[in-house]
Amino acid sequence: MEVSPENEKRVRTRRSRVISRKIDRFFLALYDIFSFNVRFFKEVFLPPYEGKEIIRQCYEIGVRSLPLISLTGFIIGIVFMNQSRPSLAEFGATSWLPSLVSLAIVRALAPLVTALIGAGRIGSMIGAELGSMKVTEQIDAMEVSATNPFKFLVVSRVLATTFMIPALMMYTMLVALLGAYLNVSANEGTSFVTYFTQVFDAITFLDIFSSVIKSTLFGYTIGMVGCYKGYNSSKGTEGVGKAANSSVVTAMFLVFIEELLSLQVITALR
Amino acid sequence: MKKGQPVIDRSISVISIKNLVKSFGDLDVLRGVDLDLYKGENLVVLGKSGTGKSVLIKIISGLLRPDEGTVNVLGEDVPQLRGRDLDRLRLRIGFSFQNSALYDSMTIKKNLEFPLVRNQKDLTRGEVLQRVETVLDAVGLSQTINQMPSELSGGQRKRIGIARTLILNPDIMLYDEPTAGLDPITCIEINNLINEVQERFHTSSIIITHDLTCAKAVGDRMVMLLDGVFQRQGTFEEVFNTDDKRVKLFYDYNFID
Ligand SMILES: Nc1ncnc2c1ncn2[C@@H]1O[C@H](COP(=O)(O)OP(=O)(O)OP(=O)(O)O)[C@@H](O)[C@H]1O
Ligand SMILES: [Mg+2]
Repeated sequence: MEVSPENEKRVRTRRSRVISRKIDRFFLALYDIFSFNVRFFKEVFLPPYEGKEIIRQCYEIGVRSLPLISLTGFIIGIVFMNQSRPSLAEFGATSWLPSLVSLAIVRALAPLVTALIGAGRIGSMIGAELGSMKVTEQIDAMEVSATNPFKFLVVSRVLATTFMIPALMMYTMLVALLGAYLNVSANEGTSFVTYFTQVFDAITFLDIFSSVIKSTLFGYTIGMVGCYKGYNSSKGTEGVGKAANSSVVTAMFLVFIEELLSLQVITALR
Repeated sequence: MKKGQPVIDRSISVISIKNLVKSFGDLDVLRGVDLDLYKGENLVVLGKSGTGKSVLIKIISGLLRPDEGTVNVLGEDVPQLRGRDLDRLRLRIGFSFQNSALYDSMTIKKNLEFPLVRNQKDLTRGEVLQRVETVLDAVGLSQTINQMPSELSGGQRKRIGIARTLILNPDIMLYDEPTAGLDPITCIEINNLINEVQERFHTSSIIITHDLTCAKAVGDRMVMLLDGVFQRQGTFEEVFNTDDKRVKLFYDYNFID
């Protein structure tokens, strides 16, 4: 078929219309996410406060994550110590192992591992829970019984993750350092006191402080993404699965981006 | 027809809707609905799937906003209400959802308590428990108090959903397809329950359904939603005494003889 200039023009305008609709949708989604965040900050300060629900969520999110976090943190400590040994041994510098490992754990591993496990366990849980509540009209039911579902469900969960992820991160730090200690004491025979003196000599207050701040941001992100995806999940059971799945993927993606950005900021501060 | 003699006061409209229009994107769902619900009356809204029956009662309870028209409920202009004022009105409206919408993560007791403990903070534990037991008794499911929603059958869930809306002693009840997906015997139980609620709690109700047996059993008056407006209204006989094909089809589908 011959392509007349007129025909080509028509195809091109149609294509550009599709693209412009896609761009519109992208910015609408962006605006939607922005207003969801704004609404959180508005409602978090306004009474009534859902204290009981926040505590329940902290328990659900924090305490219930302990077994998984303990195991992962511990193993990471052992493995990381073990894998770092050969490269330092080459220079006969195995005595530096505790300082090296403590830096890695405190600055990077503990926050990241906690956030990733949080995104996996907590993000999917929140996404699926709110998603199914949305789909089965439980959120509407809350609203018609004069309870603000945003406050009851979203604000409580986001606050809980924002508080609990840094707390879990500190715990991961300790457990990983303990795991690393077991490995180093078995291999090099380093004593507990020597090990921890070296560990704390290597790190500064800024290291811990920045990790806590970073984890707070990760926690907020995980809670926010899970709630947003769940709260806006489409109707039908398929929507619930999608909400859970994309909560995890999006939260992990954002955590890595934030990690990169905060690395820049902290390096500048140091 | 319905047994019992409800006290209907036709001089008082508890819900008054004029020229209600609502569309979603290109989809025109409601195109000028007028409706009055009188005090003490059971009004049945008939209509096939997707005609906007659920949308209508969601607008009444302020879950959705209309594009045009006035929605007056218990003297309040619903679309204008915000925050506390809307909440105050909602406490007087009981909304029984199409799929019950019980809170999965809570026991039946917690489900029933939820609206109560959150809105009437001065109640003692004993008073709350007593109210829970009263409504559970009203729907005949006292034994389920400590069970989880997932352990109940569809009909039981419907009844718990109704109990949860009754616990605040609403003036208006909105039932979204109370008998959909239930066996005929359970349907009759639910119908009886709706009539009982009307007599015992003196509520005015809108019952959405496409089940004509249910409509006949509970409705004092019925309206039929077709193409976004109420085409027919009156008693059961008045609604179906017509040559309109769509109405006839509806009737034939329900009573295959
Ligand atoms: N929040 C919404 N967003 C977009 N479209 C909607 C929304 N709610 C309802 N609709 C559309 O409005 C139409 C009417 O929906 P509604 O749920 O009121 O139907 P219904 O009469 O209750 O049907 P059923 O008997 O199946 O429950 C449907 O086509 C539906 O797709
Ligand atoms: Mg419906």
